[in-house]
Amino acid sequence: MTALRKNKETTHEIELKGQPALLDLTGAMYLPQHDALLVADLHFEKGSSFARRGMMLPPYDTRETLAALSDAVFRFNPKTVIALGDSFHDIGGPDRLGSEERTALSEVQQGREWIWVTGNHDRILPDSIGGQVVEEMSLGSLTLRHEPASGEQAEIAGHLHPVGKVVMRGRSTRRRCFLTNGSRCVMPALGAYAGGLNACDAAFKPLFPNGFTAHLIGTERIFAIAKAMLCRD
Amino acid sequence: MSQRPASLLPKTFRDWFKSRGWKPRAHQLDLLAKAGQGRSVLLVAPTGAGKTLAGFLPSLVELSERGGRGFKEKRGLHTLYISPLKALATDVARNLEIPVAEMGLPIRVETRTGDTPSHKRARQIERPPDILLTTPEQLALLLAHAEAQEFFKDLRRVVLDELHSLVTSKRGDLLSVGLARLMTIAPQVTAVGLSATVREPDDLRRYLVPQRSTSPLRGEVAPEVREGAGSATITNVALPPHPGALTRSDPPPPKSDVSDLGNQERITGTPVIRGEDEERLADLVVVQGGAQPNIRMLDLDERLPLAGHTASLSMPAIYALIRTHKTTLVFVNTRLQAEYTFQELWKLNDDNLAIALHHGSLDVSQRRRVEEAMAAGKLKAVVCTATLDLGIDWGDVDLVVNVGAPKGASRIMQRIGRSNHRMDEPSEAYLVPANRFEILECRAALDAVHEAAQDTPDARIGALDVLCQHILGMACAGPFDLAELYEEVRSAAPYAGLTWEDFEACVAFVATGGYALRAYERFAKIVKGNDGLWRVRDARVAQQYRLNVGTIVESTMIKVRLGKSMRSRPGTVLPRGRILGEIEESFAETLTPGDTFLFAGEVLRFEGISEDEVLATRAGAGTDPMIPSYEGGKFPLSTFLAARVRAILADPFEWDRLPLQMTEWLLQQRRRSIVPGARDLLVETFPRGNRFYMTCFPFEGRLAHQTLGMLLTRRLERAKLKPLGFVANDYGIAVYASGDIAARSGREPGFLDELFSEDMLGDDLEDWLAESSLMKRTFRQCAVIAGLIERRFPGEKKTGRQVTISTDLVYDVLRKHEPDHVLLRAARADAATGLLDVRRLGMMLERIRGRIIHKPLDRVSPLSVSVMLEIGRERVYSDNADEILAEAEAALLDEALA
Repeated sequence: MTALRKNKETTHEIELKGQPALLDLTGAMYLPQHDALLVADLHFEKGSSFARRGMMLPPYDTRETLAALSDAVFRFNPKTVIALGDSFHDIGGPDRLGSEERTALSEVQQGREWIWVTGNHDRILPDSIGGQVVEEMSLGSLTLRHEPASGEQAEIAGHLHPVGKVVMRGRSTRRRCFLTNGSRCVMPALGAYAGGLNACDAAFKPLFPNGFTAHLIGTERIFAIAKAMLCRD
Repeated sequence: MSQRPASLLPKTFRDWFKSRGWKPRAHQLDLLAKAGQGRSVLLVAPTGAGKTLAGFLPSLVELSERGGRGFKEKRGLHTLYISPLKALATDVARNLEIPVAEMGLPIRVETRTGDTPSHKRARQIERPPDILLTTPEQLALLLAHAEAQEFFKDLRRVVLDELHSLVTSKRGDLLSVGLARLMTIAPQVTAVGLSATVREPDDLRRYLVPQRSTSPLRGEVAPEVREGAGSATITNVALPPHPGALTRSDPPPPKSDVSDLGNQERITGTPVIRGEDEERLADLVVVQGGAQPNIRMLDLDERLPLAGHTASLSMPAIYALIRTHKTTLVFVNTRLQAEYTFQELWKLNDDNLAIALHHGSLDVSQRRRVEEAMAAGKLKAVVCTATLDLGIDWGDVDLVVNVGAPKGASRIMQRIGRSNHRMDEPSEAYLVPANRFEILECRAALDAVHEAAQDTPDARIGALDVLCQHILGMACAGPFDLAELYEEVRSAAPYAGLTWEDFEACVAFVATGGYALRAYERFAKIVKGNDGLWRVRDARVAQQYRLNVGTIVESTMIKVRLGKSMRSRPGTVLPRGRILGEIEESFAETLTPGDTFLFAGEVLRFEGISEDEVLATRAGAGTDPMIPSYEGGKFPLSTFLAARVRAILADPFEWDRLPLQMTEWLLQQRRRSIVPGARDLLVETFPRGNRFYMTCFPFEGRLAHQTLGMLLTRRLERAKLKPLGFVANDYGIAVYASGDIAARSGREPGFLDELFSEDMLGDDLEDWLAESSLMKRTFRQCAVIAGLIERRFPGEKKTGRQVTISTDLVYDVLRKHEPDHVLLRAARADAATGLLDVRRLGMMLERIRGRIIHKPLDRVSPLSVSVMLEIGRERVYSDNADEILAEAEAALLDEALA
């Protein structure tokens, strides 16, 4: 079985405002010109956040998300890592971080610039989690922020957790995806328990009035899918 | 015991029977006598035997002797009646009011269902009626109530209706532990089970009595009474009581003060396995079936197709039968078949006969209208699915027509029982096969009916997710002792074999999720107090329980609304029309605008999904509906019927009993290929187009075949034979590949034995389960039942960023980090019999070990044509996301190049 498996094509290159961007199977994006790795919506400690309200989800989401994050970070070994907001599911999240996870987090942060962009779930982030905290920032001609702004902006954002659903001859699959029109990109959520919003949802309409291409994250590689091929839930 | 004088009945009752022109039936008196002795009883009787009245007679007599009470006088509940259907409870309440009113008995009868208004519920707790009719879910809610102890303490009797249908599902598991709790609260309670004929009545007899009672008074000996229908003669076949049965008592439950999650040694020590001598059974009263049913197969002169389930050729004959009978029930297996049949019958309906449609997806008000018209005798025929299977009184049905595969002998007999509600007259029924395989199935079913052979399923092993729900419910009722609850749960037959470890895992799950990583101790939902008792943390937890109670997890349904096309702007549809009913979301999502489908008796055109509704318009007259997928009935062909079908197929002498077209077809198969022996598996391979096909016919039902297909394609892929897909139906499967399977088998003797070997249920199954959407669906159901995630209620709108969590994500994480977690074990247990039917597949693989016959052919055989016809009609199953995505991506490239 495994012997047959083709090598994973972990990255998939697109162009964003004229510069190359590598989309990664983990849901991260690497910008070679800036040697920066971008991730969105990690939602650390979402499991424990639900547990507080009586839904005892398996408490392994943070380590699962961290594993994906470390995988991307160690492969690209970027100078800078930028988390585009909602890195923690709630304000109490950093305090609930287990000691193992805390160690794992500092290991990936080691030796690189680490920037937390704040999001609606984590407007306040304590110093204890390392790195610097910003509300938004620019990287060349691109603005990086949590919630995509309206209007024709060159930006990379998260917040919406896009997923694309494809139905082919009665078979369907629903996967996380990057949405882009060449100047704006909405990144998929990387968190293990972060759900998704269908790319056909009205929320995406004002961001991409002239349509977008969805880059759906498959099992072995990323697929570029035309908007017309996507279905509602 | 053998004396059943009518004098058991008080005069009021004898007079009442007389006034109605009835005589008390023997089994009614039997039940009365046994109940009078404080025994639990299972009554097995065919439809029309006066089962329900028999079940209530002991209570009515006792209550009538108790005398009236003042308006203010508080008295506890006397009898609790549980039915699988809300509608049945209401129906029975109505029927019960008749004798109560006519005899002027001082008895208050009430129902309690989801529809009961809250003030009435509160009043019922305050002042309980004498007889309460309700459902398993409502019982669970009542038992979780803080007043449960007070409410049930005077309870004398529990009547469980349609027990044969309740015990086959998780609802039966939930009810069993509820029953166990009732018997703890009120040790004097006895149970009366009412059931249709089943294969193993002992399973039901066990269900009715505590399997580890500390009270030696109930149900240890097992006298058995059989009687001829309507006759007064008694054959009293009393089984000798097991030696020592009366004196034996179980080891006392461990003392509560040692019970602790950390201190289990004392409890693990109690014996779990019980021998024959400890058998605890309710008494049994059997009413033998009345006259032999008059049941035939509808034999057309025309040739039936090799595949398909619509029975279109038989419609004129069915219509003719409806015309010549008073009231006909036309049973079909699925909603889509119901829609189709209804549509076809109306095309023929020149006489404008009142033919109605009834299935579970129709709008409730529409269903109620049909039911009322039926009861009032206004309908000539009803086309219906299993929703009408259960014992509601539908008036004077004189013919049952079963369209399509019978699936099981017991199932068909219960359906036939719907005709002629008087048991002494023969029921009239027709089986209508829709394809040639269904002829075989009908033949096997007819044989079984004539031998009165039964094939009801085995008794269930209680599900762990249901137990989790129950544990939380018990904590809501009040503080509980762990060891006592364990003993109580194990007194319920489905949980008799529950180990302490599993019980403990369920308690740990309820408390904190039960994970090896103990991260949630401070959020625990149930906590152990200083007194050693467990209780819910706060009222919010109890509220959560109440919202999630029950074991029925509906597949997500989506409403269908009739839209209005705008004349002025063609192509624009406004959502202005009425709601027609609901369809499964999974069905809706396979439709694309312009598709036509049958629903609510009309041909509809799918216009799209707006917000949370399917928008459809009426298709133009004469439009043929495109039914995109035939969802084979939920039930596979029973193993019993499958074995019979294989036997008929294998024995040319049997062929004489089949219609001529079948015989010819089988003879052709014998000439071109092989007709396999009853225990063999014929595997045919042949090239076609530029593909290589492999077919086989295990007759194990669609679900087991789907699982087989998934696993075979994995193995073929590993063997580098490049499988492309497979299709499965109830009878067999066809796998196609670009590699030559026959050539490989020729080069490597034993290749097929290896391919079909049982070890596919090991790693291959595990690998597939990791990504299987069916497994994820199964897990979701367990997660909801166990209370891991909250139920989504119908009508709740999906909003963009709802506070829910996808169980698929939870499944992936849990599987990776804790593959033996109790919820995954519960899901695997379900997969064994549910959507994946792994157990059935396992039985099949074992059966055919060393008995695979490979027949390489140069073209498709007559037998294999049937499953080949499914290609294109059926969905090709695949859980491989990348294949789907690659196809969608290619579409983008095509567009770019065009």
